[in-house]
Amino acid sequence: MSSSTEWPLWEVFVRSRRGLSHTHAGSLHAPDAEMALRNARDLYTRRSEGVSIWVVPSAQVTASSPDEKDSFFEPAGDKPYRHPTFYEIPEGVKHL
Amino acid sequence: MAAVTADQTAQAADRPQGADEVLEAAFDAAVAADERIEPRDWMPDAYRASLVRQMAQHAHSEIIGMQPEANWISRAPSLRRKAILMAKVQDEAGHGLYLYSAAETLGTGREELLDKLHAGRQRYSSIFNYPTLTWADVGAIGWLVDGAAITNQVPLCRCSYGPYARAMVRICKEESFHQRQGYELLLTLSRGTPAQREMAQDAVNRWWWPSLMMFGPPDDASAHSAQSMAWKIKRHSNDELRQRFVDICVPQAEALGLTLPDPDIRWNEERGQHDFGTIDWKEFQEVLKGNGPCNEQRLGQRRRAHEEGAWVRDAAAAYAEKHTAPAHAAPRTAAGNGEATA
Amino acid sequence: MSAALALGDDALVLSHRLGEWAGHAPVLEEEVALANIALDLLGQARILLSLAGDEDELAYLREERAFRNVQLVEQPNGDFAHTIARQLYFSAYQRLLYEQLASGEGAFAGLAAKAVKEVAYHQDHAEHWTLRLGDGTDESHDRMQRAVDGLWRFTGELFEPVEGVDIDWQALRSGWLESVPAVLERATLTLPTGPQSGAWTAGAGRQGIHTEPFGRMIAEMQHLHRSHPGASW
Repeated sequence: MSSSTEWPLWEVFVRSRRGLSHTHAGSLHAPDAEMALRNARDLYTRRSEGVSIWVVPSAQVTASSPDEKDSFFEPAGDKPYRHPTFYEIPEGVKHL
Repeated sequence: MAAVTADQTAQAADRPQGADEVLEAAFDAAVAADERIEPRDWMPDAYRASLVRQMAQHAHSEIIGMQPEANWISRAPSLRRKAILMAKVQDEAGHGLYLYSAAETLGTGREELLDKLHAGRQRYSSIFNYPTLTWADVGAIGWLVDGAAITNQVPLCRCSYGPYARAMVRICKEESFHQRQGYELLLTLSRGTPAQREMAQDAVNRWWWPSLMMFGPPDDASAHSAQSMAWKIKRHSNDELRQRFVDICVPQAEALGLTLPDPDIRWNEERGQHDFGTIDWKEFQEVLKGNGPCNEQRLGQRRRAHEEGAWVRDAAAAYAEKHTAPAHAAPRTAAGNGEATA
Repeated sequence: MSAALALGDDALVLSHRLGEWAGHAPVLEEEVALANIALDLLGQARILLSLAGDEDELAYLREERAFRNVQLVEQPNGDFAHTIARQLYFSAYQRLLYEQLASGEGAFAGLAAKAVKEVAYHQDHAEHWTLRLGDGTDESHDRMQRAVDGLWRFTGELFEPVEGVDIDWQALRSGWLESVPAVLERATLTLPTGPQSGAWTAGAGRQGIHTEPFGRMIAEMQHLHRSHPGASW
């Protein structure tokens, strides 16, 4: 019968071209980091989608909880002074 | 991300009474507002179960669906066609992977899903229980089976569950060549020698009706449809999508110079759609029950590949155990240039 | 262009064999990996055969005795260990070959410059799996050892000079004999001790003498094309 040991899950991040940051592409299974990188290359860049890859064991990702959504993210919502559009500048003033 | 969801059930159990109603209301509101549900969000158990069932079935269909086409890789009649077919079957393996990953975000491992498939407790699309008897079948699968699949899948790109929708966006983008290569293949045969032409017509005759069955039972007999629509897992009913597919195929068949094997197909001016004949739902039920031409063969090959591969998977796991530093040490090879922490 | 035929047939036949894995691989990720390698090789084959004539005529209408590939690539897939051993032996050879061709100025320089990158990845894939199977479980170790032993006698042929391929064959041979045994050692495998060719002269594949499984392989490959003479696909 088949084995009971499933290879761990890895999250794959791909930089699509130089100058952009890596973005989450998906996940896959691999026995170790080296094979995870190779599997990621074969799966997520077979149509030239990438120039660089990160793989991270899924178990190592700590995520914020949706239950904490309010306390985590809402407080940032009432601080418009962090955005440049908050400030009025006289017409004709340039390079600001 | 899959692994971070495992604690969800435990969390839910700790909640005070009445909290579920609040959560359900928030879930309903999010779905109603066309927002996406993400893995760690609260969701009704039935929604979760329904998604896992559908994503698993979809993933299984991709990997079982490799078989009828892989059957012709070794015999592809030109090197160009051989390359195209290999790339297509490879895509199907890739699409299976995307979908298993999406299912894993709900905490169900791929191994578990495969075990269920191998034990016959989860389904795959019945279409793949039909045999590929000639080379033209590769074309008919691309045109009709992938065509039907795309009709089904495009709306899934807006499915309420985020990971499923994202997997579908990727799949739909990659699949656009699948249907075209099938159509082009049939066109070449249709314009070829009399024997090639006959081969093409024969394939269309055999694949047309099973393709229509791919949309599932009629709306009034579909067990899961209504709830899936309410949850925006599904966006259109089976019959709606089937009609859309027929309307698309009729002119395409004409351009191919091939006939669809249904004497009742005709334009209905009043409805602005094509009428078409009655589907043999008895055949559909029989194939679903396991009495299709290839059910045993397909599942048998899948099981065999999995069992014969067990020693390989075990070997790699054993090697990793021996040679990998504890999981917390960042692997040097991945992002070890310090960029990841910048 | 007998050289283009020899190199092209190697790539074509190995690609075909790898294609036979579709739907049978030990894990989904490996379905994708093996298909990538097969597609790289098929791409190389098409370019090489086109240098010698019409790719489809050459692939589909030649008799078995007219194929010029080494016998190693036509060997059946066997279990995954056999496939990996075949990949290990062949990719090490092909990489050394293409590296030399790429740095030269012959007809194959352009193709080799592109292909050498593909082949480097094939070699990397084969080496990683050789390590994992050799140094994995007892069962995988035994299977891998059987595979490297069993295919060893087809490796001598790799070093027989091909007419029209202007490289330093001695350097290729010594490069191969450095890299492959080193991987086997790291994989805790024993270097096979038998002869590197069978009772028949090494280089037989290049003369059109093949092994029995090859006849069946091309019968399957050519059947449909030959059944419709003159048809386009």
